[in-house]
Amino acid sequence: MFDKLSSMLGHPLSELAGDVDAAVSPERYTTLRRKIIALMLAASLIPLSVMAVLNYVEHQNAMAREIQNPLRVLVNKTKNSFELFLAERSSTVSLIASAYTYGELADERKLARIFTVMKKEFEGFVDLGLIDEHGNQVNYVGPYELKGKNYAEQRWFQEVRVKGKYVSDVFLGFRKFPHVIIAVQHMAEDGRTWILRATLDTRQFERIIASMSLEPDADAFLVNTEGLMQTDSNYYGKVLEKLAFPMPPQTYEPTVLTMIDPLGREVYMAYAYFPEADFALVAVKPRSSALKTWYTVRGDLLFIFMAGVAAVLFAAMRVTDALIRRMKEAEERRELALREVEHSQKLSSIGRLAAGVAHEVNNPLAIINEKAGLMKDILSMQDDFPVKAKFLAQVESVLRAVERCRGITHRMLGFARRMDVSIEELDLGELISETASFLANEALHRKVEVSLDIDPHLPRIQSDRSQLQQVFLNLFNNALAAVADGGRISAAVRPVAGSGGEAVEVRVEDNGCGMSEETLTHIFEPFFTTKKGQGTGLGLSITYGIVKRLGGEIAVESKLGVGTTLTITLPKGHREAMA
Amino acid sequence: MNAKDWKILLVDDEHEFITTLAERLELRGINARVVFDGESALEAVAAEEPQVMVLDVLMPGIKGLEVLERIKRTNPNVQVLLLTGHGSTRDGIEGMRLGAFDYMMKPLNIDTLIEKMESAIDYAAKAARSAAAGA
Repeated sequence: MFDKLSSMLGHPLSELAGDVDAAVSPERYTTLRRKIIALMLAASLIPLSVMAVLNYVEHQNAMAREIQNPLRVLVNKTKNSFELFLAERSSTVSLIASAYTYGELADERKLARIFTVMKKEFEGFVDLGLIDEHGNQVNYVGPYELKGKNYAEQRWFQEVRVKGKYVSDVFLGFRKFPHVIIAVQHMAEDGRTWILRATLDTRQFERIIASMSLEPDADAFLVNTEGLMQTDSNYYGKVLEKLAFPMPPQTYEPTVLTMIDPLGREVYMAYAYFPEADFALVAVKPRSSALKTWYTVRGDLLFIFMAGVAAVLFAAMRVTDALIRRMKEAEERRELALREVEHSQKLSSIGRLAAGVAHEVNNPLAIINEKAGLMKDILSMQDDFPVKAKFLAQVESVLRAVERCRGITHRMLGFARRMDVSIEELDLGELISETASFLANEALHRKVEVSLDIDPHLPRIQSDRSQLQQVFLNLFNNALAAVADGGRISAAVRPVAGSGGEAVEVRVEDNGCGMSEETLTHIFEPFFTTKKGQGTGLGLSITYGIVKRLGGEIAVESKLGVGTTLTITLPKGHREAMA
Repeated sequence: MNAKDWKILLVDDEHEFITTLAERLELRGINARVVFDGESALEAVAAEEPQVMVLDVLMPGIKGLEVLERIKRTNPNVQVLLLTGHGSTRDGIEGMRLGAFDYMMKPLNIDTLIEKMESAIDYAAKAARSAAAGA
């Protein structure tokens, strides 16, 4: 019958889960998952990236400052060394020009002695010469034969005549090696003027540059304001060649610029112009070597950033997967619950229909039963009825059919009852006392002792009063049927901790005939009975169904000839389950 | 007690059913009066108190449970066996709360009915004896 009803509904319970899966679209979750992951990644990676970029830029700037400052200081110090070198030499020449008379300076031996002292005190002097106001070299001490040479037409001679002092650029001159001349004009008290001219070896410049102790890929050199190299450069030209890149803007403060050099390298260029001479000191350092530390730090930063991104990605995916799984489960449960409600509503309608049909059928069935019963009664009394046996067989057949119909209608009614759940808060102890009292008459009649042990601290439970009364009436009826006259039935009700929280346990125990192992295995099967034609029509299977439907548990222990104990546990709150 | 001495009242609006039942009981030596509605049942009880009344729950006019309630007030010694056609134990339980001795569902097994009648009559007799002893 239940199978038929289920098939009438078209949605057997076992198929519900499948329907739910179909209803919750997997694409929806895929999209949702993608959106949540994207949002989580955006929320965490944007600040992380901004932080990383800011950190990167700040760090890069700090590193650049760390590199540029020492370079600037080094250029400044070296420029000062150059200036000091040139100032010392010019002062020396100036002092000699002032300290000695023209006559003394024109004396070869004296000049040679002065030159010897000069060379001893100051490195770098190559020669010393006295030039008169007409440009004639009147005296000369040095490695070359320059005495008598006239310089009147040379630019430096004109300049020293005008300015009184002159420091030349590096030039090869007659000597064919790079040198610098310092010339000082002196005017005696008698109005006579002469020029003392000294030549300096530019190897001294190279020594100053070498003292900068630059790395091999770095470079430093002296250049004049016209861009001619005054010392050799490792990369940008030899002395007196044109500098391979344009001169930087003029400034006397040491300055650092970044540029791409003619070799294609990105370099820092530190430079400073000399205020007292037409020179500029330039130092060049490739960024790649300067930033070696920075590149290592940058690699570390990048690694940390990538590891952070990977960790965020991993966490976002894990968290989202867990979230989606929970959502999916919750939605499935909700869907299932909705479908169960829908399903029970359908079942409830079918139940009411079944009850109506059973009622309508039961009354005519009762008439058929009585009429056939009467026919049987009358036939039994008629000994001489010609075809008595045949008639009796027919009547018996009708009665058997009535019995079958009765079974069907009772099962339909049982089904209808199961569908009709009405939850209220109730006192289970009170309900059991009342139900037991219904049987007091029969118990008294048969001298059966019925004892109730109800815990005074029972919680009130949420359940269906009418269905529970049916359950316990059935249990007591079964117990009464099982015990002999003078037997004993006891019921104990107490609070327990059930699997899903607080619960109440009812134990109904009798010392009746008990059940065999075989019977025990069938006890909860639908329509299984050992006492046909008696009782209220509620089988233990229906009792089982009701208890399960109300979220409870039922268990039975029995021993043939000793007795039976049925234990029902009901939850405090209502937990409806599919029976 | 001899079966013939039982005072039985059958109440049901299903004529065919209840008269046939009365006839079958008669064949077994049990004489039963038959009425077809609640009001007649109350009158019949007032006229002569039966020991057992077999009462249908669902009848037109006064319903079975109301008849039971009223009779239990006026004639508490009458033992009532409720009959239900629609098989609702709810009515049966309500009936027992109101003082019915037991309840049965249609179609009936006549032997079970007679056993319950006998139990009811025995119970009433014992109750009367203990009441008398108590008095």
